[in-house]
Amino acid sequence: MPESQRVLVAGEASGLVLALDEPLSFWGGFESESGTIIDQAHPQVGESLAGRVVTMAVGRGSSSASTVLAEAIRLGTSPAALIMREPDEIVNLGAIVADELYGITMPILIVDAETFAAVAAADRATISAAGSITF
Amino acid sequence: MTLTLDARDEAMLAGDHGDAAALSMRVIARVAASMQAEMLLDITGAHIDSCLYHGQAGLDFARRLADEGARVIVPTTLNVSSLDLLHPELYRGDNHTRTQALALMEAYEEMGCRATWTCAPYQLEDRPAFGDNVAWAESNAIVFANSVLGARTHRYGDFIDICCAITGRAPAAGLHLDHTRRAQIVFDLSGVPDRLLDLDVAYPLIGHHVGKLVGTQIPVLTGIPQATSEDRLKAIGSAGASSGSLAMFHVVGSTPEAPSLDAALGGNDAATHPITVGDLRAARDQLTTASVGGRLGAVSLGTPHYSVAEFGRLVELLQGRTVHPSVSVYVNTGRDIVHEISLRGWERALVDSGIQIVTDTCTYITPVMADVYGTAMTDSGKWAYYAPGNLGLDVVFGSVEDCVESAVAGEVRRDDSVWADA
Repeated sequence: MPESQRVLVAGEASGLVLALDEPLSFWGGFESESGTIIDQAHPQVGESLAGRVVTMAVGRGSSSASTVLAEAIRLGTSPAALIMREPDEIVNLGAIVADELYGITMPILIVDAETFAAVAAADRATISAAGSITF
Repeated sequence: MTLTLDARDEAMLAGDHGDAAALSMRVIARVAASMQAEMLLDITGAHIDSCLYHGQAGLDFARRLADEGARVIVPTTLNVSSLDLLHPELYRGDNHTRTQALALMEAYEEMGCRATWTCAPYQLEDRPAFGDNVAWAESNAIVFANSVLGARTHRYGDFIDICCAITGRAPAAGLHLDHTRRAQIVFDLSGVPDRLLDLDVAYPLIGHHVGKLVGTQIPVLTGIPQATSEDRLKAIGSAGASSGSLAMFHVVGSTPEAPSLDAALGGNDAATHPITVGDLRAARDQLTTASVGGRLGAVSLGTPHYSVAEFGRLVELLQGRTVHPSVSVYVNTGRDIVHEISLRGWERALVDSGIQIVTDTCTYITPVMADVYGTAMTDSGKWAYYAPGNLGLDVVFGSVEDCVESAVAGEVRRDDSVWADA
């Protein structure tokens, strides 16, 4: 794992990659029942995040997003993993609490610009428990 | 840089204070590590946003803590919930959600939180003092605590707010630290005429405009008359925390960490951006999705919760008139404020004018508004930002004077003379 990379929430995951063109607010912008983007202003409205390795550079929006993300992890409609450029406490909290409550992990990794772009361009990605990404 | 916990933190983590404190400390430690905090610090109070229902996970977390015997160890207030307990007949959502939302509220009361049910805890008698470290959630409360009270809170959100209240600890990071509280960008309003800056309506628009431009930076505003009222500062903060991620701002001569521009900047080198009347008109138009002159269906005031002074202004503007029968007018506020205005006879006067007071919750987050036939008006930048998406309404932003005159007339009226350039 490169030095610039940080594992915020550890766990194993694998899935098709979905590269978000813009940051998404999980509160108001995402429906936990279906796992889809519902923000009408988001360029990828209607896309499903469920089971995907999602690249999202930074977080966005209301602090209530933590609960919406935890709820999606509980329901199995959340991304398989999140790959980000900068940490976002609101998003982290959703994943940390889902891990503590339900024992379900949705890994969150912070990576450098080069790795971020490479993962975003890949079809599939796999995250190991130690935090290495293969794609 | 690694996180070092002190002996008390380690004891909590080990379960010496019970399972709920251990779970809370685990969550705080994990978040602190992600924030690259080196230690935790003591807090003197907390404000909880997790009491607003967003799904089973929120209730599962609260029940787990409450069932394990959690008690908050610092004075803790509760944000708005999904229900108005004083006016339950207003609720138009489904029964399942109502039951879940009520159970969530009960869990937080069980843990010893005060049933304040307000997004404006800074309007309560006991509020943090300058320099106090607190753990506040709810974006408008966070920005008010940091900017207007000079208390220190990071942008906390769901889950960690109650964990901090149970342990009395928070990560020593972010806005708790001196150097992160200084301004990084200057907005100069000296080009905006005093005539406009003397009106309340300018302030949510200033907040909306600044919020869109700052990203995560802390702005300082110059050129605003000294000793700006708390209600105007509240309007700047809540609008900026909706259009952007504003967590703190300074106003030279008005906020406690900005006696001067130099003091606010604290040595930071910052670019200056002028704000013009044109910028404020543009902000007004961005917060407006319908046209002036059409049929008015509803008015919503009090996002964030209306203060006593704002109620006083509303009563004065109404002059005993009643609102048009086809218009529903709602004012959101906290139950403590309702108590205060009832003592002054204003609650009766407003009810007689045909106005519905909503407590404990807010019209933009829960279904309490009756069907709206026509445009909705508001004097709140935050409500105007969220209502079209959350409620599917067409909105016109205006001054409280515009809102009152429109409500009485039954059509959308706006005094555009205040928006002239000179």
